[in-house]
Amino acid sequence: MAGVGQLHLGTPFLPSASIRGRSSGGGGSRRLTTRIQAKIREIFMPALSSTMTEGKIVSWVRAEGDKLSKGESVVVVESDKADMDVETFYDGYLAAIMVEEGDVAAVGSAIALLAETEDEIPLAKSQASSSSSPAASPRAAETPVPPSPSETAPEAVSSPPPSPKSSQAAVSSTHPASESGRRIVATPYAKKLAKDLKVELGSVAGSGPMGRIVAKDVEAAAAVAAAAAPVSSVPPKSISDSAAVKAPASPAIQLGTVVPFTTMQGAVSKNMVESLSVPTFRVGYTITTDALDSLYKKIKSKGVTMTALLAKATALALTKHPVVNSSCRDGKSFTYNSSINIAVAVAIDGGLITPVLQDADKVDIYSLSRKWKELVDKARAKQLQPHEYNNGTFTLSNLGMFGVDRFDAILPPGTGAIMAVGASQPSVVATKDGRIGVKSQMQVNVTADHRVIYGADLAAFLQTLAKIIEDPKELTL
Amino acid sequence: MQASLSLSLSLPPAAPRSDPAPTVFRPSALRFCGLRREALGLRPLRPAGSTWVFPSPARTPSRKTVAAVSGNGSPSKGFDYDLVIIGAGVGGHGAALHAVEKGLKTAIIEGDIVGGTCVNRGCVPSKALLAVSGRMRELQNEHHLKALGLQVSSPGYDRQGVADHANNLASKIRNNLTNSLKALGVDILTGVGTIAGTQKVKYGKVGFPDTEITAKDIIIATGSVPFVPNGIEVDGKTVFTSDHALKLEWVPEWIAIVGSGYIGLEFSDVYSALGSEVTFVEALDQLMPGFDPEIGKLAQRVLINPRKIDYHTGVFAKKITPAKDGKPVLIELIDAKTKEPKDTLEVDAALIATGRAPFTKGLGLENINIVTQRGFVPVNERMQVIDASGNLIPHLYCIGDANGKMMLAHAASAQGISVVEQIGGRDNVLNHLSIPAACFTHPEISMVGMTEPQAREKAQQEGFEVSVAKTSFKANTKALAENEGEGLAKLIYRPDTGEILGVHILGMHAADLIHEASNAIALGTRVQDIKFAVHAHPTLSEVLDELFKSAKVNTGVSPSSVNEPVTV
Repeated sequence: MAGVGQLHLGTPFLPSASIRGRSSGGGGSRRLTTRIQAKIREIFMPALSSTMTEGKIVSWVRAEGDKLSKGESVVVVESDKADMDVETFYDGYLAAIMVEEGDVAAVGSAIALLAETEDEIPLAKSQASSSSSPAASPRAAETPVPPSPSETAPEAVSSPPPSPKSSQAAVSSTHPASESGRRIVATPYAKKLAKDLKVELGSVAGSGPMGRIVAKDVEAAAAVAAAAAPVSSVPPKSISDSAAVKAPASPAIQLGTVVPFTTMQGAVSKNMVESLSVPTFRVGYTITTDALDSLYKKIKSKGVTMTALLAKATALALTKHPVVNSSCRDGKSFTYNSSINIAVAVAIDGGLITPVLQDADKVDIYSLSRKWKELVDKARAKQLQPHEYNNGTFTLSNLGMFGVDRFDAILPPGTGAIMAVGASQPSVVATKDGRIGVKSQMQVNVTADHRVIYGADLAAFLQTLAKIIEDPKELTL
Repeated sequence: MQASLSLSLSLPPAAPRSDPAPTVFRPSALRFCGLRREALGLRPLRPAGSTWVFPSPARTPSRKTVAAVSGNGSPSKGFDYDLVIIGAGVGGHGAALHAVEKGLKTAIIEGDIVGGTCVNRGCVPSKALLAVSGRMRELQNEHHLKALGLQVSSPGYDRQGVADHANNLASKIRNNLTNSLKALGVDILTGVGTIAGTQKVKYGKVGFPDTEITAKDIIIATGSVPFVPNGIEVDGKTVFTSDHALKLEWVPEWIAIVGSGYIGLEFSDVYSALGSEVTFVEALDQLMPGFDPEIGKLAQRVLINPRKIDYHTGVFAKKITPAKDGKPVLIELIDAKTKEPKDTLEVDAALIATGRAPFTKGLGLENINIVTQRGFVPVNERMQVIDASGNLIPHLYCIGDANGKMMLAHAASAQGISVVEQIGGRDNVLNHLSIPAACFTHPEISMVGMTEPQAREKAQQEGFEVSVAKTSFKANTKALAENEGEGLAKLIYRPDTGEILGVHILGMHAADLIHEASNAIALGTRVQDIKFAVHAHPTLSEVLDELFKSAKVNTGVSPSSVNEPVTV
C-alpha cells in the first residue's frame, strides 16, 4: 500500500524506453464509467483488464465532499494484474463512498456517487444508504452462487438412478477429522477453483486422502451443476468430457410462439431429410472400459481428454477396416477415404456442430487432445472454419456424460458410418472363469450405409475397437 | 560487463578487481554463492617460477590437488598459527583464503563437512532444485510456450534424478572448496572446536576436545542451524526443515510451509513447480515480511496468487504433529496476537522455514565470559567479540550467521575478509548496506540497502528527503524477447545528494542484476554519476540503466571524492 501511495507523490514511474505508451498497462490510469441518474452519477468499478471480474479498493485518493474535476484520480483499484489509479470522467463532488478501502466490488457495480453540485450531496448520500444495492455489496463475488449440487440433485432423482459417485456428491462432506463436517478441508488449488467456478465447498465430497477436497472434486461438482441445470439429469459418468457437456441452455422460452429456423437449424434440417435417402442399419456392442478409465486417470493431468481417447481408438480401429471409413455419394461407386478424419458432435448454443480431428490415426494423443480443446473453444466462439467441421469421414456422438446408456444416431450424408457412445457404467458381469464381478462397461451403437458397409464389416470393426479400448496401450504410442 | 569495467577503471581502488589478470589462476570452482571472485582477484600474482602448478582452469571438474608448499605462511613467534578459524563454511573459507593471501599461517577447524550450510544444506543444493523448477515452470506454461511458437508435449520429471542433481552439485562444490583450501596449504583440522582461553583453541571429537593449539587470532564462524519453534515435532519425513527438504526424498501432494521468508518462498517455487499444492503459514500480517512492501505485493501477485498456493497470515503454528497411524500432518494455528485457536490444517507434509538459529553451543564461550544473545555471539561493527561486561575480547572475532548481523553466506565471507584486513593492520569496516540479497524464485527477487519504509524512517529522523524511481521489465527489449515482461525495479535515493539508499528488483535474473546497484553503494557512486554508464543493448541490465536515468537529482555531477560509506 505504501507503494501505491508513491504513485501519487510524483514518483517517476517509467513504462520505459521502447514502449512509452500509456497503454502499456504499467501505470496508466483509466477513466471511470459513470451512469447518469438525475444529476447524481454512479461511479462504477471499472474493468482494468480483460480477465478482471472484481476489483479491490486499495485507497480512496479523495474523500467524501471533495470537488473533483474531470481527469483527476479518485481511487486506486487493485485488479488481478496491478494497482491502478482511476480517474473521473466528469466534474462534480464525491458525494458518497459506497465501497470502503480494502473491500471488493464486482466489475460494473457502483462504488461511489458523484453529485454534480454541492447541494445534491445530501440527496446522493441518502440514495447511497438506501440503495445499498446487491451490486455494491463488498463481497459481491460471494453472493451469486449457482444452485449447488446438493440442492439440485434431489429434485433430479426422477430420471435415471444416480450413480454411486453422484449420490456421494449430494451428501455434504463428512471428513473424518473435520469435526463431522463442520470444517471443510480443501487443498489450495481446490479452493481457488471453487472460487473461480463458483462452487460451494460445503456441498462437495472430497475424494482425496482422508476425504479432503481436491481440485478434481470441485471440477466434477462444477460439471454436475452445469449438466444438471439444463437437462435436469444426473451427472457425468466416468466416460465424460466436460468439453462436450454444455447442452443448449434455454433461456426463458416463450411458450406458444413460432420461431423461424436459424441458419444452423436450417442446415441441420436439410441434412436430416437428405439422410432418409440412405439405407442404414445398426450394430451395437458392449465394451469394458476399466483399462481405458485407468489410462485416462493416468494421463488426464497431461491434458488428455476422453473425447480424444475415443477418437484415437476409433481411428486406430478404422485403419484395419478401411471400408467402414469409406463413403458413397452417387449410389454407383464408393471412395476409400485417404485419411481418417474423426468428426465429433458438439452441442453448442443453438445447435450442433461436428469439429473434425484430422488424421486422428496418425496424430499422437497429446496433440490430438490439444487440437480438440482448440476446436471446442473455436466452436463455442463460433469461429470454426468450414474445413474444420466439413471433412469428417467417420462421426462420433457421445451422450454418456448425461447418463445416457444407449442411443441411436442418424448417419450424416456423405459419410459411411457414425458411432453413438453411451455412458460407461459399473455392471455386474460373469467373467470367463465363472466368477461374478463388477466391470465398467459402455454400449456403442454404429449406424452405417448398407450400400457399402455390411453387417460383418461393422461387426469386425467393433471387435477391433473393443480390443483396443480394453487394452488401450496402443493409444499412447 | 562493459559498463562496470569502464567504471572501475576510472576508480583506481576498484581497478584490480576487474583486472582480468590472465596469469592468475581463477578456479571456476570457487564461484559459489556469488561471492568469491573479488577475493581471488585481489590475490597477488605469484612470482615466476613459483611452485604453483595449476591445470587449465574450469574445464576439469576434479582437478588434482597441487603441491602447495609454501602457500601458508609461517606463524608468529610463540603461536602454532596466526589465525585459527572455527567452522569451514563459506565465511570461514573466505576468511582463510584472504588470510593466506595476506601471508598468515592459517588453520580451519571443521567438525562436520567442509562447506557448511550454504554448500551442503542451503544455497547450493537449493539452486539445483530451483534450476529444475524454473525449467518445469517454463515447460508447463502452455500460454507462454504458445506465444513463443513452441510445442512441448507432457513435460515430466524423475524425482530421484532431480534429487541427485542437487546432491551432486553440493558434493562438487564441497570438493572444490576443500581442494582450494588444500591448494593454499590451509590446515584443515577435523573435529569440534572449543575456545579454551585467550588465543587457545581445543578440538577433537564431540565432548573430547583433546588437542590444544594456540593462535594469535581466532575467528568463530560456526554458522547456524534451522530454527524450529517449540511445539513443532520434526520427524524428518512428514515434518521437516530445509535440511531434509533439499534431499527431495518425496514430493508431497500438499505441503504447508511455515514461514514465508526467502527459504519458504524458494521452496514454494520448487514444490509448486513439481506439482505440490502449498499452504503458507506466516506469523506476521503480510507474506514476505522482510521485503520492500511494494516488491512483496508484486511478488504475491506473481509468485503466489496464480499458483496452487494459499496462505494463512497473522497466525502461529502452535503445534505440528507428524503424520502417523494413517492420520495426516496436523497443524494447530493460533492467532498471532490473541493466541486464540484459529484453525487446524491437515496436510501431507510441513516444511519448517521459520528462520535459522545460531550454532554456538559447545564453543566454550563461557570460558572467556561471553554471554550469547539468543545464541548469537555479540560483536561490534568490526566483528570483535564483546564479553558479558561490554569489553572487547582481544584477538577474538565472530563472523557470519553466528553473530546474526546479516545471515547470508556472502555476508559471512565479506565479514571474514574484513577481519583479516584488520588483523593485518588495515582498519576495515564492512558496509552491510552494500551487501545484496536475492531470492531465487521464478522470477527472481533481489535487493540491496534499505527498503522504502526504512529509508523514510531514517529520512524523518535525520531530516532529509527521499525519492523513489521505478522501471518496469515490461518495456525492456530483452525481457520481452524472452516473453518475461513481468517485473519491477525500484530505486530509493536522496534527491539532494544522489546517494543510493536501496534498490529492489523483481524480475527475470534479478539476482544477477542487483550487483550494479550494490557495487555503486559499496563504492559510494551517486545516481548522477552512474547514469552515464553505458549498458549493452539489448540486455536486462537496461532495466537498471532506465532506473538510474529516471531518478531526479538536484545536484550536478558529484566531485570525484567519494563519501565515507555508511555502516550498520
